Formats: sequence, C-alpha cells, structure tokens
Amino acid sequence: MELYDKTALEIGRMIKNKDISCREAAKAYIENIKAKDGELNSFVTVLEEEGLKQADEVQKRLDLGEELSPLAGVPMAIKDNICTKDVLTSCSSKMLYNFKPPYNACAVEKIEAAGAVVLGKTNMDEFAMGGSTETSYYGATKNPYDYERVPGGSSGGSAAAVGAGLVPYALGSDTGGSIRQPCSFCGVSGIKPTYGGVSRYGLVAFASSLDQIGPIGKDVRDCAEILSVISGHDRRDSTSVKGFEYDFSDSFDGSVKGLKIGIPTNFYGEGLNEDVKTSVLGAAKLLKDMGAELYEFEMPVVDYAVPAYYIIACAEASSNLSRYDGIKYGYRSNEGESLLDVFVNSRSEGFGMEVKRRIMLGSFVLSSGYYDAYYKKGLQTRALIKKSFNEAFEKCDMIISPVAPTTAFKIGENITDPLKMYLGDIYTVAVNLAGIPAVSVPCGFDGKGLPVGLQLIGQTFSEAKLVKAAYAYQQNTDWHKRAFEKMKGGSL
Amino acid sequence: MSWETVIGLEVHVELATKSKIFCSCTTEFGGAPNTHVCPVCSGLPGVLPTLNENVVEFAIKTGLATNCEITRFNKFDRKNYFYPDLPKAYQVSQLYLPICRNGHVDIEVNGNKKSIGIHEIHMEEDAGKLVHDPWEDSTLVDYNRCGVPLLEIVSEPDFRSAEEVIAYLEKLRETLIYLGVSDCKMQEGSMRADVNLSVRPTGAAEFGTRTEMKNINSFKAIGRAIAYEAKRQIEQIEMGKRVIQETRRWDENKDATYAMRSKENAQDYRYFPEPDLLPIEISEEWIERAKSEMPEPAWAKRERYVSEMGLSEYDAKVLTTERSLALLFEDTTALCGEPKEVCNLIIGELMRLITESQTAADKIYVDPGKMAEIIKLTVEGKINRNAEKEVFEALFKEDIDPVSYIEEKGLMMLEDDGLVESTVEEVIKNNPKSIEDYKGGKQKAFGFLVGQTMRALKGKANPQTVNKILKEKLDSL
Repeated sequence: MELYDKTALEIGRMIKNKDISCREAAKAYIENIKAKDGELNSFVTVLEEEGLKQADEVQKRLDLGEELSPLAGVPMAIKDNICTKDVLTSCSSKMLYNFKPPYNACAVEKIEAAGAVVLGKTNMDEFAMGGSTETSYYGATKNPYDYERVPGGSSGGSAAAVGAGLVPYALGSDTGGSIRQPCSFCGVSGIKPTYGGVSRYGLVAFASSLDQIGPIGKDVRDCAEILSVISGHDRRDSTSVKGFEYDFSDSFDGSVKGLKIGIPTNFYGEGLNEDVKTSVLGAAKLLKDMGAELYEFEMPVVDYAVPAYYIIACAEASSNLSRYDGIKYGYRSNEGESLLDVFVNSRSEGFGMEVKRRIMLGSFVLSSGYYDAYYKKGLQTRALIKKSFNEAFEKCDMIISPVAPTTAFKIGENITDPLKMYLGDIYTVAVNLAGIPAVSVPCGFDGKGLPVGLQLIGQTFSEAKLVKAAYAYQQNTDWHKRAFEKMKGGSL
Repeated sequence: MSWETVIGLEVHVELATKSKIFCSCTTEFGGAPNTHVCPVCSGLPGVLPTLNENVVEFAIKTGLATNCEITRFNKFDRKNYFYPDLPKAYQVSQLYLPICRNGHVDIEVNGNKKSIGIHEIHMEEDAGKLVHDPWEDSTLVDYNRCGVPLLEIVSEPDFRSAEEVIAYLEKLRETLIYLGVSDCKMQEGSMRADVNLSVRPTGAAEFGTRTEMKNINSFKAIGRAIAYEAKRQIEQIEMGKRVIQETRRWDENKDATYAMRSKENAQDYRYFPEPDLLPIEISEEWIERAKSEMPEPAWAKRERYVSEMGLSEYDAKVLTTERSLALLFEDTTALCGEPKEVCNLIIGELMRLITESQTAADKIYVDPGKMAEIIKLTVEGKINRNAEKEVFEALFKEDIDPVSYIEEKGLMMLEDDGLVESTVEEVIKNNPKSIEDYKGGKQKAFGFLVGQTMRALKGKANPQTVNKILKEKLDSL
C-alpha cells in the first residue's frame, strides 16, 4: 500500500512511530503534486520549500517530546480563500492576484499549532462563487476521475487534491455546499460545521452569515479529528460560539442502533438523477439494516431554499466584495482619469463574470424599493426553513439526503447556464441558511463510474452524532476506499 | 413677507474610548499617517469586527443625559458606498434600531427657555482622511481615524435661529465633556455638525425644501453659515426660483456655501443588517450601572456653587466652562474650605497661566493639596498676595512643594516684631520732613512712612503690625 492511499490519521501514526519522518511524508506528497497537478490544476500555490521547512520544524518539536495532535507532521493544503501569512491568498481571483495577508486565519493558526505541514493553497471558484471550480482566474480544476469533468466547487481544488492523493486532507469552506458538493463529486468525505463552530477570522468573506470553514479528508474519522483541531471560540469572531467544544469520543463505536434517520420524500422527486437516488436510498436501507430507524416526511419549504439563498448570499457578497476597489491592495486598472474610473475599471477588469453577476444581483435586492420585496422575503424564508428543520429534528436525529442532484458534469457544460448551476445547490443551501451541520460521504458510483455522495444533516452542534452515523456507515462500506482505487485505474 | 428659518442638526462626536470601535488600535489624535491601524480597521480581506463595549456604555450615558429612551435590542447595519477613505466600502452604523430615541436638550437664549427634541442617537465608525499632496499632485489616504467610534446625535427640526443652534451645541458639548464621553474639539474634528436648513413664510405649517451644510468647524462659522444660507434661500424664493434639496459645503474663506451634490439623484446606501456582529441586548442592570457612574452635570454644579458655596453666577459659569477647572475647584475647596479664595486663584491666575502656556485646559495638572496649602498660608497671613501668585505660578509650572519653595525664596511674612520696630525707628530717623508733615496733620505722610518701612522689609512684614508699631512710635515722639 502506498503512502497516498493512507488516511491522515494513519500517516500521523506512522510519523509518531517514526516509521517515516515529517520530511519524508512531505517530500512524497510534493513529488505527487509535481507529477500530477500540472494537469489536475488543484493548487494555486505549492509551498515546496516552506512545506519542507515546516516539516523539519514539526519533526524537531516531536523529537523534543512535545505532545502534538495525531495530525502532527501530516501534509495538507488550504483553500485559497483562507488567509495564510505572507503566502498568496488570491481567492482564485485576478482581483487578489498579488494579495499576501499579514496574518493567519484562526483555523490556520490552530492547524499549524497542531503540527500541520502546509503544502499549498488550493484552487476554487472565484471568491467561492460557483459549484464547479471553473470560475477560477487560474483555470478550472479537473475531476480526478475524469479530466473532462469538473471536481465540483467551490472547494474543488481541495476535494480534487485529496481525491487524487496529492494531500491526505485539506481545509475548505462551505457557504452553500462548497465542501459537500465537491466531496461528492470527487469521492471524498467532508464536514460543513455548525455556523459558529469554527472561527471565520481570516476566511475571506463571501456571505458572512453562511460561510464556514470545514475539513475535507479521505474518511469521516479524519474529518472529525481535523474539526476538533480547528474549532472553538475565537474572540476575534463575534459569531463564533462560546462555551462549546466538540466531543467525538463516542462517535467511533460503529453503531447506529436506535438512531432515527429522516427521509424528506420531496428531496427525492423530480430533477434528481436516478443513479444518485438509487445510491442514496441504498445507503439509507443499509443504515436501517445496521439498526437505524427510517422515518419518511415532507419538508416543502426547502423548495424555496435556492431563491432565498441566492438573495441573502448575493446581498452579503455585494457588500463584502465592495472593499476590492483598487485603492489599497490587489488589482488596480491602469486605465482611467478619475477616481470613479479607478473603481469601475479595477472592478470590471479584476472580477470574473460570475462574481459580477452576484454583485449585481446582491446590489439589486438591497437597493431601496426592492429591499422589502427581495431581501426581507429572503430573511423570512430563511426563518421558515430553520423552523422546518427544528420541527424535523423533534422527530428524528438526522436527515439523509443527496448532496447534489447529479454526479460530476462536464467542464463547460453548465457554465453558460447560471440557473441550471444554481439549481445544483438545491440539497445543500438549506443547511447553510439554517446554520446547521452536515457530513458528506461517498455512497456509490453512477453508470459512468463517477462517485455519488450522500449527506447527513443534523441539529446545531450535533456533529458528533453525524460523525458516529457516517463512521458506522464507512465501517460497513468501502465506497470511500473503492472510490480511490477506481480513480487510480482511471485517469491517474 | 417675513420668513422663518427652520433648522435641524446632525452632530457627530468622536468618543473618548482608548481603543477603536471594532479593534484594539488607539484612538489618539494625530500620529504619523497609517500608524494607528491594523488589518481590521484598514479593512483587509478576511478580518472581522469585535465590538468595544465601552462605546455602548458611552452611548447609554449620552442617551440618559439627553433624556432619551434606550433601545434594549440593538443591531448594527452596513451603509454601503465607495470612497477611498472608507476601506471596507461600507460604514458600520445603526439604521433600523438606533441605541437612543426620543430625547430632548433644554436650552436658554436671551432668557427664553426652549426644549430641543432629540430624534435619535446612533453608534457608528469614523472614516479615514484624504490628504492631498500639492507637490506630487496626488491624494493619499490616512486610515488612522478609521474605526474611531462616533455617536451621531440627530435633533428634531426645532431650531429657529443661529443663537438657538449655538446654545444647543454649547450645552451638548458641555454635557458630553462632563460625561467624559468625548473631548468635543471642533478643530480636531471630534465634534462636527451638519446643518439642515429650510425657510418658510412665518406662520406656514409646511416645511420648505431643505439643504444640508457640511464642513462647518467652529461655533462662529455655524452662526455665519446659517445666516448666509437662510438669506440665500429667501433670495432664491423671492426671485421666483426654487430651493434645490442638496448638500452644500461651507467655505470658511469665501464665507459662502456652495453645492456639493444634489439629493435628488441621491446615493442608495443599500443598508442591511451587519452579519458579522451579534445583536446587543442592553439590560436594566447595564443602564443602572451607567446611571450610577454618571458624574454631576455642569448645570447642577453651577447651581450648587451659587447656593452652597456662595459664588456669584458669573464665577460659577466661568469655573464650569472646563470640567478640569470645576473638579480642581471642588477638590481644593474640600481641602481648604475657602471656595471664594480657590475660585479667585483659578479665574485670576490659573486661567491666565493656561492661556500663556498655550496648553489645553483638560491637559493641565495642578495638585489640589498643594493649591489648598498655598491658600491656607495666604488666608492666615503667612504669605502676602504677591507671594501667593508667585508660589502658585511655580506650582503650575513645576509642581513645586509650596512650603519649601516659600522658605527657599524667603517669601514668608516676618513674625519678628523686634525687626519691624528697629526698621520703623530707622525710617523715622531718616525722614524728619515726613514726621513734621505728620505732626502737622498730613495723613499722607503716614502712608509714605508705612511704604518706606515695607520697602526696607522687602514687603514681608504684616502691614497691620507695621501700622500699629509706626503709630505707637510716632505718637510717643
């Protein structure tokens, strides 16, 4: 078995047992990145020298007997919208093509303190806006299973890099499905944490009330370990929750006995690909066979989640992205005579189409005369969605649902049809609107051999329970491993 | 036709918190450009605001002092617009739920009392400053002031004259300084007023179209700007033109206002709730605590100085122009029990010294204990008035110890009657002509002899003792 097949915790154990040094692990992955990423394009920045230096430093800490996390010395990558001190943090946008933050995001501080070895920054949809990583200024990332196809998005670089074995794990961010959907497309596992679980300090904002940083790994056990490291209250983020710590100590007994799993029947209707439907319902049946109880019900309000999401997310984005004006940092157009020219030309040239589309949508729904008709309605819908989830969780422990209505589509297939692209978010955005957690794990392949993912959605801060069910599922299936083997026989 | 001027004010005050509203940078005025900044207040990507609770506390106190209702459930909103001095391209402010509402400030103009309504007070952050470099012909941005906390105090359109506006601003300034929430320095921009003004025929029920004047940075200029703008609007209407709703800039040098931008194609600020900050709930306890910490207001001090300490209304007013002076007055009086003496020393000497030394009154330090000591020595006749002034000046300038200073400089009055006696004898011996005059009934001669004696004693004798001894000696001649 090659190193690239191992989980982060397995590599961490090997390092701890001195089967392999931190430098050897980093070097092996850097070699793999060099060999494969030219085509895959999952990295915006590869930190070869810095990564090796960091590996040596972690090794030194370990050799001195410092008690570090089980992830100490394990190489990893960070999505390019998470600030890394003195390292390009471009959000895959021309607008920030030269932006090197003078500080680290809270999640980066924490993961580095735990002994992570950062090998680079991963590609993404520009400012996390998109579900295919095609809107990146640095070009599309490819799906490791099929180079003709997208890896999903917006954390497509992170998911593809983990899927292709270029790093054992990565950090992503999820505003409307940006961790879960690429995990589903690339056959890897991920967690979108409860809003407020992980500090947003240093995450370049897309939609502040929806954004969360979360882990992407080979299996859910890795993801739980990463989440324990990066979570916790941070006084620099007022929305990070105080007085809560994740406790996964009961999550790995492999049992789902007595768990009540809800199936919202309206999630399985029109628009859902048959192969995806079969795989997800197959997983539900397996969970039932393992001892869980299934419970069918309707969640009609979720049908309004996509429009509510695009109103709220775009409104916040239009404000959050206003700071990129060509004055202080980032891209500045050389054209123009007046101050207004600097603003208009810098923004027109610096932002891509999708970002501009969302800024315009957001500015429109906030403008006077339309605020009540759109933004306020969006907020009301959001409250109803939250209420509807609360009611569901009175009757069940978690909900099982597809992550996306399809498997990975072809590069260029949806890019000219934004509405079709937005409808792909139908199963994921409600979770962000409600601020609740969801875990995404592989659950099969479609007829073309592309991975399918399912998500388990739970009440606020129920990650331990979701991980418990997902872990038990992964103990009883090998999709997450087969996915990987299959990919090796394929494109790579 | 006679016209009535209708005015409403939007006053911005920078709060005297140590750190900025959403980060820990200092709020200190000045400093080299872009030295009081961090990733948060300069709006770098990925940073988040954290609320400085002192800002809320100062806002509560200001609301209580201006008789406002305090909003219990507060939120911040974003006001979006592009300008280089606004690094996030939005200002965090309060639109929907301002912290204070429905208050009033009572003023008095020419003996007439009037209550000015406060529509609302809200918290927000200040922007940076653009600095134009005429040599390079470029404009640079200084973000030091970015994120300094502001209160915007919005009055009702209750003013009818410039005098009322100035009386209100003076009252507001005094109130805020006494509360310690702002230093209200117009020249440093920590107090700024925007004037909304319209005119209408006297007796009309409807308001006329208003203009907003910005950039007025002294009370004097406000008076002049109001006079100019009211006249301009009346002239427009009398010429058959209409007043355009617009923002006008006051040009101090030209003594005129000119149009900045028309409100008719006004900017849309696309306000929406700030998602990066949690709502602030203000509890009853918080309000009670703020109340208990509020110092005595200036008007209450004035009343007390007159009724309990026997000062004139004029003196009470002068002492309370600066909170530091009022506090020095109170502390020193408590230690020496001589309110009138303390008052005279502050108004007569200290205020002169402050002016001469060109320091701000709120920056001076005079030790009340030492000041009380000087006054006691004067009252007990141990030093004379000139010595009092001299010692006090030294105290102001170098914080000397009064007793050692007096001893060192030999300013203590003589208590040796023998020396006075021998000096008087000497003076009598040397001035036979004056003795003759005195004997001849010329009272002036006595004064001359006293003067001669005092001069010989370098003024350090008690004049009463000199008088007594001289009289005895002359009478016994």
